Amino acid sequence: MRNLLLATGLIATATMAAAQDRPVLTVYTYDSFVSDWGPGPAVEEAFEAQCACDLQFVGAGDGAALLSRLRLEGARTDADIVLGLDTNLTAAARETGLFAPHGVDADFDMPIAWTDDTFLPFDWGYFAFVADADLQAPGDFRALGDSDTTIVIQDPRSSTPGLGLVMWVKAAYGDEAGAVWEGLADNIVTVTPGWSEAYGLFLEGEADMVLSYTTSPAYHLIAEDDATKTAVQMAEGHYMQVEVAAKLAGTDQSDLADQFLSFMLTDAFQSVIPTTNWMYPAKTPEAGLPEGFETLITPGKALLLNPEEARAMRDAAIAEWQAALAR
Amino acid sequence: MLRFDAVRIEQGDFRMDADLSIDAGARVAVIGPSGAGKSTLLNALAGFLELSSGRLSWDGTDITDAPPARRPVAMLFQDNNLFPHLSVAQNVGLGLRPDLRLSPEDRARVAQALGRVGLDGMGERRPANLSGGQQGRAALARVLVQRKPIVLLDEPFAALGPALKTEMLDLVAELVAETGATLLMVSHDPDDARRICPLTVLVDDGCAAPPVATAPLLDNPPPGLRAYLGN
Amino acid sequence: MQPSPNGKPRWRASVTRRTSLPDWPGLLAGLFLCALILGPLAAVTLRAGGGGWPVAADWAALRFTVLQAVLSAVISVALAVPVARALARRRFPGRGVLITLLGAPFILPVIVAVLGLLAVFGRGGVLNDALLWLGLPRVQIYGLHGVVLAHVFFNLPLATRMILQGWQAIPAERFRLAASLGMSPGTVLRILEWPMLRTVLPGAALIVFALCLSSFAVALTLGGGPRATTLELAIYQAFHFDFDLGRAAVLAVMQLVLVIAAAALALRVNPATGFGAGLDRIQRRWEAETPLLRTQDAVLILLAALFLLTPLAAVVWHGAAGLMEMPAQVWNAAAVSLAVSLVATVLCLSLAMALATLALRRPWVEGFGLMGIAISPLVIGTGLFLIVNPWVDPARLALGVTALVNAVMALPFALRMILLRLREIEETHGRLATSLGMTGGVRLRWLILPRLRPVLGFSAGLTAALSMGDLGVIALFADMENATLPLQILRLMGAYRMDAAAGAGLLLLALSLALFWVFDKGGRDNASV
Repeated sequence: MRNLLLATGLIATATMAAAQDRPVLTVYTYDSFVSDWGPGPAVEEAFEAQCACDLQFVGAGDGAALLSRLRLEGARTDADIVLGLDTNLTAAARETGLFAPHGVDADFDMPIAWTDDTFLPFDWGYFAFVADADLQAPGDFRALGDSDTTIVIQDPRSSTPGLGLVMWVKAAYGDEAGAVWEGLADNIVTVTPGWSEAYGLFLEGEADMVLSYTTSPAYHLIAEDDATKTAVQMAEGHYMQVEVAAKLAGTDQSDLADQFLSFMLTDAFQSVIPTTNWMYPAKTPEAGLPEGFETLITPGKALLLNPEEARAMRDAAIAEWQAALAR
Repeated sequence: MLRFDAVRIEQGDFRMDADLSIDAGARVAVIGPSGAGKSTLLNALAGFLELSSGRLSWDGTDITDAPPARRPVAMLFQDNNLFPHLSVAQNVGLGLRPDLRLSPEDRARVAQALGRVGLDGMGERRPANLSGGQQGRAALARVLVQRKPIVLLDEPFAALGPALKTEMLDLVAELVAETGATLLMVSHDPDDARRICPLTVLVDDGCAAPPVATAPLLDNPPPGLRAYLGN
Repeated sequence: MQPSPNGKPRWRASVTRRTSLPDWPGLLAGLFLCALILGPLAAVTLRAGGGGWPVAADWAALRFTVLQAVLSAVISVALAVPVARALARRRFPGRGVLITLLGAPFILPVIVAVLGLLAVFGRGGVLNDALLWLGLPRVQIYGLHGVVLAHVFFNLPLATRMILQGWQAIPAERFRLAASLGMSPGTVLRILEWPMLRTVLPGAALIVFALCLSSFAVALTLGGGPRATTLELAIYQAFHFDFDLGRAAVLAVMQLVLVIAAAALALRVNPATGFGAGLDRIQRRWEAETPLLRTQDAVLILLAALFLLTPLAAVVWHGAAGLMEMPAQVWNAAAVSLAVSLVATVLCLSLAMALATLALRRPWVEGFGLMGIAISPLVIGTGLFLIVNPWVDPARLALGVTALVNAVMALPFALRMILLRLREIEETHGRLATSLGMTGGVRLRWLILPRLRPVLGFSAGLTAALSMGDLGVIALFADMENATLPLQILRLMGAYRMDAAAGAGLLLLALSLALFWVFDKGGRDNASV
């Protein structure tokens, strides 16, 4: 064991030594972005090939954990870029005053217009219920509430999709959201702390449908050659998640950070996203989306509350959800 | 001379007084009814119990507050006189060096002591591989190398058969005679006392009496002792 | 004080003030633990600028936390009594292996265990398949009963071991006496077993209770909805979604008070429950040798084994398929986890030894050991993060901090087992050692460590296995290079790779059991009488 520790230490020292002569760009992101099977490795390679720098990803839990970490570190943070916040978090992130405008002017291939000058999207997706393809799934929330179809969802207080669903119902039904939730209460098998647990339960056959993304079936189709999963089209439209990156105002690598944000919207970055992050790229690469993505459903309507709106109604919407489910 | 000077020992409701002297080299039995405090007396002398009042001294040196290992005392308990995880030689060696850093001379002394108690060549065995009598001998070998001027026996051979016990008592008598040590021995068997202890301390009714000659005491016991002896 | 066979009070180490082992390591360890628990809590509170009075939702979380913990404890212990009794009096092939395997649920990472449970009790599980086949309605696992079921699954083995040890502490002579007096099983229960149970049960129940207080993923995943919000979950939410450090600190204090109260009560009610090292002795029980009771015991053991081992079998079954799909990072994570677990083991045993030595004379010192399960790992992690961040990059301390927190979490168990044995050693051999002048290091080397070895081995095995499975605080500190195996499993699941995650779960289970086995065996090998 001592040898192992020693070896780890040596490797760490060696990496540091090699990196010393190049400027380091530190990017805080969520865990799954940097894993072997995430976009991180390919992105790092592509960017380092053109920047004469050392791109270092630091993984910190999920998007919410990422923001918590930044707040804990405050202005002293080593991060130059934060990558992986979403529209539910940007209002709170903006309030910290830690971020600088991105200065990038780009056209996005997203169903909504994007005007934020601080947070720059790199991918997006629609929340959706994923089910087995042969399920006769209800086509809207009220029908779902009236049906026997069982669902497993995530807790909005600890999970991004969970919060997304609460916002989805709120965006679609406004003041009637509470009633819709009451209808859904007996369809909900359980509420999990995170996406992983919910998706795991679904794959174990614990529920007919799971709250996930419209792009989830693409994973099964492309990575597992399994066409039995599908996302269910909802008549109300689908709520969106937009994942963004931003530059820290206190960065000591401002030029490099700008360079990275521009790079983020090039094909080298964007073409990696669909089959690693299983989301839609913010700007469709020239070669188009990978084969298999054309089988995914296209929601009739994209729903997204703007960040300030979302933040303002979050607590009330969660309370409504909680009250309806606690009965 | 071993001196108990107005010694009082208290444990909860229990109380015992002792004011007595024992000459160097004497062999003294400690006799009395169950629960009278025979073992308590020895434990106080060995340093395991604090005195409530009074002083203990040996040859004029006060030992009342000395820690057990610094007292001029080697003691054998009712049981657990050997560490089961150490070899016989190591157990004996502890009497010389508690850290077991034994010099060649120390080892020679251990071997010699084992020879003296009749355990030649058994030094490497574990106590579990010895008979009850052999275990008693091994413990005596340690007492031997400790070279303490006072030896305390708290019924260590009670579990042995009569013949074996007699054999061990004789060995104890020989050893203390050779080393000139003072012996205090708790026993509930008057024959043990007659066999090797010319003197006896009677512990009864919260009081340890000064030593008296064993034979006359046992031949003509006072009432409390008579009831205990059952004759 | 235990009476010796001849009825006299036995000499006890604590009788004399003259001590043979120094106090300072224990005092140092106690101070260290206080600093480690209270320092981060203070850091979080300071950063938040103080906490507020708990709000209604916090009290609701407290109520649910206590409710599920009480139910889990009572049911675990009630079920453990007949199982322990059956195990205490029956000899059968595979008994030793069964007792070792029964320890497995306790060391499984929660999510792996939950998926295993669902394979049995879930909608598509074995149980519902069987009910369906019999034409009976399906059972629903989600809800308070699901939470309790999972907690019983985790803690029944622990309770069984504690109670089994109580049984084995009854001297064999008393059962012989009972047999010669012709006592019926009912009389034996009343005269011999009930007095033992009365002293052992409260301690066992309170320990399970304390463990269930900090439940998080089990409670939410199987709880079925937001009603099943525990304090630990509320802490998580306060940190992650609201970034409300003050509220997190207040919740952590509520949890701390609750566990300390339970722990204090447990120690007071019963200072002598162990966790079951050396349970291979079997008592011959004459009064129980009737065909009816034999059958009853066999059924009980079979049911307990089925309940505990079927989900494990599901974990193995699922995992075996995924073993081939595990990416290389899993092996790296396994190596990291092993290193963390070994460091945690050394730390935990050192702390336990130091505290146990001091606790020989001052029993309340054992309370320090229980602080480990009293505080949310999230709070420790965040507090430590706040403390070290101005000085060092927290990621560089990730593994050290994880090992430390895992050590502290396993400390109550190691401390309890070591202390009980240490007391026994001092009672049996302490006087001789003292009279020979064996003090300090010499006493440790030549008396304590050799006599303690089997217990040290068992404690080390348990600590190592617990540290393997514990997510601890790694998630807050970790970057990619030093992910532990449980974290890697979560990450795999987060990337749709459920099969690979199941494989990694199996690997984790195998490594944990192997570590336990190696340490436990190492402790017992060459151990003389």
